[in-house]
This record gives sequence, C-alpha cells and structure tokens, in this order.
Amino acid sequence: MARKKRKVPSLNASSTADISFILLIFFLVTTSMDTDSGLARRLPPPPEDEQKEAEIDVKERNVLMIKVNAAGQLLCGGDYIEIDQLCDRVKVFVKNENNDPKLPEKHAKNIPLLGVCAVTDKHVVSVQTDRGTNYNVYFQVQNELVRAYNELRDELSKAKFGRIFAALDDEHQAAIREYYPQKISEAEPKNYGGTGR
Amino acid sequence: MSRFNKDGKKEMPELNTSSLPDLIFTILFFFMIVTTMREVTLKVKFVVPSGTELEKLEKKSAVSFIYVGPPTDQLRAAMGSGTRIQLNDRFAEPAEVMDFIAEERTRMTDQAAQVVSMKVDQHTQMGIITDIKQVLRKSWALKINYSATNRN
Repeated sequence: MARKKRKVPSLNASSTADISFILLIFFLVTTSMDTDSGLARRLPPPPEDEQKEAEIDVKERNVLMIKVNAAGQLLCGGDYIEIDQLCDRVKVFVKNENNDPKLPEKHAKNIPLLGVCAVTDKHVVSVQTDRGTNYNVYFQVQNELVRAYNELRDELSKAKFGRIFAALDDEHQAAIREYYPQKISEAEPKNYGGTGR
Repeated sequence: MSRFNKDGKKEMPELNTSSLPDLIFTILFFFMIVTTMREVTLKVKFVVPSGTELEKLEKKSAVSFIYVGPPTDQLRAAMGSGTRIQLNDRFAEPAEVMDFIAEERTRMTDQAAQVVSMKVDQHTQMGIITDIKQVLRKSWALKINYSATNRN
C-alpha cells in the first residue's frame, strides 16, 4: 500500500530580507572605499657611525642644493625661485644635455637594453629644510622632484622604446631607472648620501 | 450605481518579493568584500596635502600609520592645540615610534615590505617630521609614504 507523500511545510522566509537589510546597512556604514595614496619615498639607511658619514664627499658640481626656509622661500642652487620653476631646474640639472662643466659629470655606463650611454649617476639632489618649514611646502618640493624624474624617465622611454615608463615591463623599467636613478637626499641637513631607488 | 465600488473587483496583483533577499544578499556580499574596517579612532585632525605624482598604497596588511596633527576639538582642552603624534590609539612622543615600528613588524608576515604611511597635517612644522624620520631610519623602516590627495 502506497503511502501518501507528505508535503514539507514551507518555511516562512519573509524576514530574510529584513535580516540581510540590517547586515547590508551595517557594512554600508562601516565601509570606506577610499584607497590610500601618497608620495612614496625611501629613507637612507641609518649611519653606522657618525664619523664615517662626514667622510662621504661629493663634488660640488654634482650637488643641487635646494633649501627651504621657515617662510617657505626656495633657494635652488643659489637662486631664489618659485615652486613651479623647480621641476625644470631639476630636469636640466639631472639631464646635463650639453655636458656643461657646472652640471653633474657624465660617465660612460653599459646599461642592458640601452647600450653604452653617458649618465649623470653621481648627481645628488639635496633638500634642506628648516625646523620651522611648513610641511605642505616641503611636500610640494618633494612632489616636484618626483615629477621631474618621472618626466625625464617618460621622455627617455618614449625615445628608446616608444612607450611611457609606466607601460614598460620590469626589465625595461630597470634599465631606464639605471639611466636616471632617483637620488634625493632628504633626511639630515648634512647628509649627502643618495637615496637611490 | 457607484463608480467607486468598495468590493474591489480589480485588485492589484501582489508583487512577488521572493527574490528580494537574493538581491539584497548580492549587494551585501559586495560591501562585505570591499569593506576595510577602521581600526583606530582618530585623536588628531589633519588635512593631508595634495600632489600629482602619487602612488597607491598596496598591500594594506604591511602598512603602519603614523598620524601627526593638532588634537581634535574634543581633546583640545586636555591636550592643548600643539602638534601631536598618534600611534594606534594613543598620543606618543617621537622616541616611542621605534617601539611602535617593532611592534607592528611582529604582526607582519612579510617584514621587508613594511611601509610607513605618514598622515601629516599640511600646517605642521618640519621639525617634528624630521624627528620622526630619524627614528624611522634607526629602526630600519625605510619605506615611507607621505599620504596625500590627488590633484589634477
């Protein structure tokens, strides 16, 4: 004798929507979609001993001194300049197109993918600030320096590989980076040790 | 003959809401995935500067934050209006940054990738930042990131 199939009583699911609404609202409130971004820099490693650091000697022509005083005024290589002139000054300094004896010295260097080229890899851009300098001014200076390097790298990679720097693969990027190493000394006022990256 | 009969011969058909929970769940899962919980309550207020050459902070798990700025309005009476440093949930002196970095490092799996994000108010003076940077150098936390907003 066949038993009659029993019906499973259906669950009342009308409150599921309410429950998930509550969860949804909770996550809506706690979520923060903003992605953090900022200017990435690299600090020089700590000095092993104070004496040694003073011995690092850099030729005068290789150093671009940028000083910022407490009033936010900029002194770049001996001239008072405005912040919007800084990028071009740094580019001219790092590039040294005509091998000017006042600008950083050039060395022949064999770089993979680029061959032998004359690079100014001994240069140092040194930023000196006063303790009273406004952070915003300092940040803008850093921003302009990074912009100068980025523009130089873009120019080179467009000339050599026909694409902008960011579109290159790691190997090509490393070659460009070797041509224009970022050397910004920023930690201590009297520290000329580069922070190559 | 009344035009408005109350018997309601033409009733509105009931809307089928059985798929509503599924819809809501989909949105819920989206928010669950993209959400990152704020771990600290801010005790200092800051407006970060704006720049053009910014990079995104990747690998959130390897990032430690240092907040610098004047105390919030509620805390001003107790702490004054001078620039303060906040590490996790408390105010700190520059020398304490070293312990903070070491502590943060222990909870990280990839310690070499440690990045310190500095969220500093625009109107801070450089003195305190130089102090922090010196301590960071000594504790070998060399990758830093000056937090900023994008300006076009």
